Amino acid sequence: MQLRPLAVCAIVFFTAGLAVSSFAGFREFIPGLLQGAAITIQITIGGCLLAVVMALIAAMAKMYGPLPLRWLAVAYIEVFRGTSALVQLFWLFFVLPHFGVNLDPMTVAITALGLNVGAYGAEVVRGAVNAVARGQWEASVALNMPRALALRRIILPQAFVAMIPPWGNLFIELLKATALVSLITISDLTFKAQQMNQTTFRTIEIFTIVLVVYLALSVLITVGMRTLETFAARGIARGR
Amino acid sequence: MFWDWNYVWEITPTLLRASVVTIQATLLGFVLAAVLGLVLAILRMSKTGWISVTAAGFVEFIRSTPVLIQIFFIFFVFPEFGIVLPAMAAGVIALGLHYGSYCSEVYRAGLENVPKGQWEASTALNLSPYITFRDIIIPQAIPPVVPALGNYLVALFKETPLLSAIAVLELMQTAKILGSQSFRYVEPITLVGGFFLVMSLVAAAFIRQLEAYLNRTLRNPGGAR
Repeated sequence: MQLRPLAVCAIVFFTAGLAVSSFAGFREFIPGLLQGAAITIQITIGGCLLAVVMALIAAMAKMYGPLPLRWLAVAYIEVFRGTSALVQLFWLFFVLPHFGVNLDPMTVAITALGLNVGAYGAEVVRGAVNAVARGQWEASVALNMPRALALRRIILPQAFVAMIPPWGNLFIELLKATALVSLITISDLTFKAQQMNQTTFRTIEIFTIVLVVYLALSVLITVGMRTLETFAARGIARGR
Repeated sequence: MFWDWNYVWEITPTLLRASVVTIQATLLGFVLAAVLGLVLAILRMSKTGWISVTAAGFVEFIRSTPVLIQIFFIFFVFPEFGIVLPAMAAGVIALGLHYGSYCSEVYRAGLENVPKGQWEASTALNLSPYITFRDIIIPQAIPPVVPALGNYLVALFKETPLLSAIAVLELMQTAKILGSQSFRYVEPITLVGGFFLVMSLVAAAFIRQLEAYLNRTLRNPGGAR
């Protein structure tokens, strides 16, 4: 539904990018910024994987776990949703070493962002699982399936389809949050931009390119998730 | 010794003073976001094609780029065009702009939920578009979306630590300075985290109350509708 404005936007900024590329000295920025973009992509992928795993674990623990585990999951979700991503990043980066845990900045970045988005994702998973029709549970019980098996074979595959669009939004949130890791000394896209800005003062070109790169990455995520959605929904439709 | 209570009491007043800046930035940013969001939502509903497409493109663009870059852009790029803003103003504008585009989606949902008959009745009564918006549509569109706007207020509040990146002396920046003075990061950063957690849990509880209240009153607004 929002594809049209997105497409328009992408075209506008592609032309803007071309216009920018005709600026003198454009070539000096691109290699450095692309190196930074590679780090940004690495952190995004790592963070997304961790977020999905954490979200599944936390949601399952919150819904079906024994009581202490349930409390743990609730505490995890509330703490990571209730504080700023930047505070979490700084906490892992500055405070953990005082407890003798020394992580390298990349690990800190992926862990903090993955845990943060995972907490939001847990609620997405919970919502999607709750949205699966009750009859599916009842049918599983009638077929004498253990709960874990019913969850794995019947409920989660159906919940999966409903989860894809909100996960797409969360992945874009995560991509945007990776800009924060520049503040814990990782030389991602944002860090490179600032570094170049301080040496060349070509502020307009550098930051415009950076905005376009982030936009391109998030359009990529949107398109990827929409494709995934089409494929997943096709499977379900056949199943019915 | 991981946790030093004496140090905690020593830094608490400084952090509380800094939290005032955080709250100022939150409120100013949100006022900007609320106003800008409504304007963007109305522009997006415009019948003129290029206005609605431009507004939609602007919203999509702002929503899919990081707010940190937007803060940098306003703080570093605007001076090139002769607009020099103090760090706090640049930060508030960036946050307002970013969340304004999120809020515009919320408003749009509210505006689209107003029954079509309300528009038709206004036309039948020969009301001008301005009067229709001000007296008929907005009063019906806004109250149902207030809880969703509240969620964005909390989200904006949690983004204010980003202003530390352009050296606004808000909570996070103050905590970092305190940490670098004493080489003790555990207490200041944990206190800041605790502050955000408590504030957002309180705000979330308040929004739930508000939602329940609105659900009760909106079901039957004075027997009308």
